[in-house]
Amino acid sequence: MSEHHKETFLTKYIFSLDHKMIAKQFLITGMFMGVVGMLMSILFRLQLSNPGESFAVLEFFLGEKWAPGGVLDPNIYLALVTMHGTILIFWVLTAGLTGTFANFLIPLQIGARDMASAFMNMLSYWFFFAATIVLLCSLFVESGPAAAGWTIYPPLSALPQAIPGSGLGQDLWLIAITLFVVSSLLGGLNYIVTILNMRTKGMTMSRLPLTIWALLIVAILGVLSFPVLLSCALLLIFDRSFGTSFYLSDIIINGEALHNTGGSPILFEHLFWFLGHPEVYIILLPALGIVSEVISVNSRKPIFGYKAMVGALILIAFLSFVVWGHHMFITGMDPFLGSVFTFTTLLIAIPSAVKVFNYLATLWRANIRFTPAMLFAIGFVSTFITGGLTGIILGDSALDINVHDTYFVVGHFHIVMGLSAIYGMLAGVYHWFPKMYGRMMNKKLGYFHFWVTFISAYGVFFPMHFLGLAGLPRRYYTNSAFPMFDGLSDINEIITFFAIVGGLVQLLFIFNFFYSIFKGTKATENPWGSNTLEWTTPVERIHGNWPGEIPTVERWAYDYSKPGAEEDFVPQNVPLKEGETEH
Amino acid sequence: MQLNLKKNKASKQLLWIGIVSIVMFFGGLTSAYIVRKAEGGWLEFEMPVWFTISTIAIIVSSALLLFAAQNVKSGKSATTLLLGTLFLGILFSYSQIQGWGDLVAQGVYLTGEGSNASGSFIYAITLMHLLHLIGGLVALLITTVKSKQGNYSKDNYLGIQLASIYWHFLGILWLYLFLFFNYS
Repeated sequence: MSEHHKETFLTKYIFSLDHKMIAKQFLITGMFMGVVGMLMSILFRLQLSNPGESFAVLEFFLGEKWAPGGVLDPNIYLALVTMHGTILIFWVLTAGLTGTFANFLIPLQIGARDMASAFMNMLSYWFFFAATIVLLCSLFVESGPAAAGWTIYPPLSALPQAIPGSGLGQDLWLIAITLFVVSSLLGGLNYIVTILNMRTKGMTMSRLPLTIWALLIVAILGVLSFPVLLSCALLLIFDRSFGTSFYLSDIIINGEALHNTGGSPILFEHLFWFLGHPEVYIILLPALGIVSEVISVNSRKPIFGYKAMVGALILIAFLSFVVWGHHMFITGMDPFLGSVFTFTTLLIAIPSAVKVFNYLATLWRANIRFTPAMLFAIGFVSTFITGGLTGIILGDSALDINVHDTYFVVGHFHIVMGLSAIYGMLAGVYHWFPKMYGRMMNKKLGYFHFWVTFISAYGVFFPMHFLGLAGLPRRYYTNSAFPMFDGLSDINEIITFFAIVGGLVQLLFIFNFFYSIFKGTKATENPWGSNTLEWTTPVERIHGNWPGEIPTVERWAYDYSKPGAEEDFVPQNVPLKEGETEH
Repeated sequence: MQLNLKKNKASKQLLWIGIVSIVMFFGGLTSAYIVRKAEGGWLEFEMPVWFTISTIAIIVSSALLLFAAQNVKSGKSATTLLLGTLFLGILFSYSQIQGWGDLVAQGVYLTGEGSNASGSFIYAITLMHLLHLIGGLVALLITTVKSKQGNYSKDNYLGIQLASIYWHFLGILWLYLFLFFNYS
């Protein structure tokens, strides 16, 4: 087994085989992409609140071509929306979140020296890195980046001549996403095999921390659903580049009739959303795992209903494969089929509610420590509820039809998936930072970061529900072309204001992050009084994790405030005392 | 030894999970085929005879590989049988390409004027299978070379086991696709 060994700069920081370093690579790449994606959203928010107005900042970032005189060009508007979605969903909340915490936590929490295949793990990062480079390159091509939405619906994505963004930008998008899928599959395979085979003595499945359960299920979801995205993209590439007719039919473009016959864009939607919906849970589940851990540690109480939590995760994952049709209620779907998808979709409310009630029961009358990580974890519970409730409206076909493709949907998924997952990620970073870098992050900055983020995030997405109920469609370049929406311009200004505030405060977080890496106060081995195994490793990072033997696991991960124990936590490697029962 | 067993188990698991994701990939493609076919405007045509030859080639190759693995387990050399498998694998690839030629001769095109999704699907799916099979050929080539070098023994034949699992899977996958194209 690989114990610690001498490392050069190249093998330590660049082509590292150490899972902890690979996790940091994913985290920092994800954070960088997060800043890029967030900046994009602020740029197009300026257009949405002040349509057609000139902003120096637009010209500064986009140049004379895409923002002539400081006014956003409609083509780049579509491209920015597309890239914002792509970057946030895949680069930040899939790779940035799972890549970071699966790599960091799996070996440490199950008691392994590294992943089953450290090499595959490194490869997974480098495929991700290549995907990142290709995607970033697409921002600089002459015709602009992809602009068909992150869902790349054909025919817009299938006809290179359709709009500027359908050209080279779309090709690069497809290449980037293919590399990305390869990276995810390499990572996912590794996570599953590691969790199933490399657990230390005594770490039975029923003693696994919930983070690991969540990451295991996420990896399974990824292995099952990403290949379907690949098959969907493959047929799209055939249509785009080789002239087949899988998704295209009877199209006249620029007065020229294309030869394609018989293709079906709805087919694309079926294939796409078969991935697309599980993808939502690929984003959300790691956050659920992280939040379970953070809430339990900082409540100084065992997580309420451990088995129910695991069951809920499994049920959510299973249901995510049979609900894709709720994205397609207005595609002319048979109403009976629609009612089936409504039924399966609303079933998801059950395991979700189980999770929420268990979080609340864990918090109930607890001796809560309000660390920044804990605040973000509680923030997660809040957004999971507020965003989840509107999901019940959107999951019901009869109600969905009224607000489909409006800002109601934008508000819903940003809160339930975007904010929740970001809060989970931030909770994870604040919580495990001492283990990652051996130092503490600044608490005061953390509090400020949380409260401003929390208020401005709701300030952005809560009003969107009213825009949607008023009928304002999403994806439109301008809100001022229709007099019926004139009354909504104030709401749009409020949203943009909060978006800018919320965006700026993330810079404070990034400052805190990098400053603390070098100048933070030194961390102790177990600063939060946690039970899981990663807190038994030394502060100094070593390849191989434990200097001596790997500890043996004697109990579950949630013995907090156990009656009879001397302290309010009992780490997993402490043997049961005589007469002590587990749990 | 204990560690080796653990590693062998992990390697096989890794391969099996990879196979599951390949199954999902082809599951996606063939279900797209079914959905598209149900929408009508679908051309019917004869499957090329070459595809039947491919089918026979890959079944025989799997059989040879089974014998090869048994040889290694009982301490005999497997090189000849592995070479035979490899040869049949290449024959399979050759006859797949000939099969495409047959389709073109019938007027079933991948793309362009007069092409129909019914034909395009056959090309796309068989091409994807062939790409996965090329991976299998590389694995077979490596195991053949290693077998020639005498790297496998009664106690150490993980490489052959892994290559076998993948190769048999590719055979079964082709059999599924072949029956699917003929009878769906």
